[in-house]
Amino acid sequence: MHDIALDEKILSRNDALARENREELQQRGIFTINMVSSPGSGKTTIIERTVELLRERISMAVIEGDMQTDLDAQRIARYHIPVKQITTGKACHLDAHMIHHTLPWVFEQGKVQLLILENVGNMVCPAEYDLGEDMKVAVMSVTEGDDKPLKYPSLFHASGVLIINKIDLVKFTNFDLQRAEENALKVNPHLKVFRTSCTNGSGLKEWAEFLVARSTT
Amino acid sequence: MHEMSITMGMLDIVKEQMAKHGVTKLMKVRIKVGEMTAVEPESLRFCFEACTKDTPIEGAVLEIEEVPLTGRCRECGDVFHLEGYCARCPVCQSASVDHISGHELNIVSMEVE
Repeated sequence: MHDIALDEKILSRNDALARENREELQQRGIFTINMVSSPGSGKTTIIERTVELLRERISMAVIEGDMQTDLDAQRIARYHIPVKQITTGKACHLDAHMIHHTLPWVFEQGKVQLLILENVGNMVCPAEYDLGEDMKVAVMSVTEGDDKPLKYPSLFHASGVLIINKIDLVKFTNFDLQRAEENALKVNPHLKVFRTSCTNGSGLKEWAEFLVARSTT
Repeated sequence: MHEMSITMGMLDIVKEQMAKHGVTKLMKVRIKVGEMTAVEPESLRFCFEACTKDTPIEGAVLEIEEVPLTGRCRECGDVFHLEGYCARCPVCQSASVDHISGHELNIVSMEVE
């Protein structure tokens, strides 16, 4: 009987593939975001509005992750930009391996400056899996609790941006925008926060400009 | 519930190492799980048992060391145990704290024959 010493990360394969993805994307000058939230916070609608605002200015591609169906990809395809659906089957998150297999498709699309990855609706698992993105974007909506950053801190800790969405509905809820922001900044003082409504458009221009600045440098 | 895919990733590494070292019997796998990983040790044990059942490595023990979250203050350099993400430096109250342990999800070693 003997010991084999390893000290290897269990997700080392995922992390190694994520590093490869990141290198390949950065070499081609593609800025990549990984959007993560619980189901129903409005990720797909934010992407639709973002694409509407930016498609004349920068070239984009979208990878949609869902457990089943290509319904989200169909929604994005209406805007005539390249979109690919990944169905994860039983997995509750996208992983670096799935993205790795989809990158050749991205690179076939001609010039891409901004790649948007929409993760499976889930606040827990996607935070653990690096896909090779430049930045995670956490999304929460005012129909959820303003204590969510405290209850699911790993996502907020790992993200560079927080979008608080559906703010046009805030008057119908007991959601406190300021408290939500304070809670998120307690978990991660470096978060950049946007407050958006996809119904009346508020905050979306600021968000879009933020993406343009990062996709064109 | 991603403990299953984590367990499968762990067993891929274990099997690869066993083949590399030419061993066939696995007694124990030692892993470290940080306090802040969204991984439940009990679920890992359950998945480990389920994934090894009726295989050549059935009966192997999964030994889990849970690692507490510790941080180092960027302002004053103090090292301390953190109570969650929102904790501040106990010395200077700065919120600028780097996590130095508590995010591990590592295979430490394997006991084989």
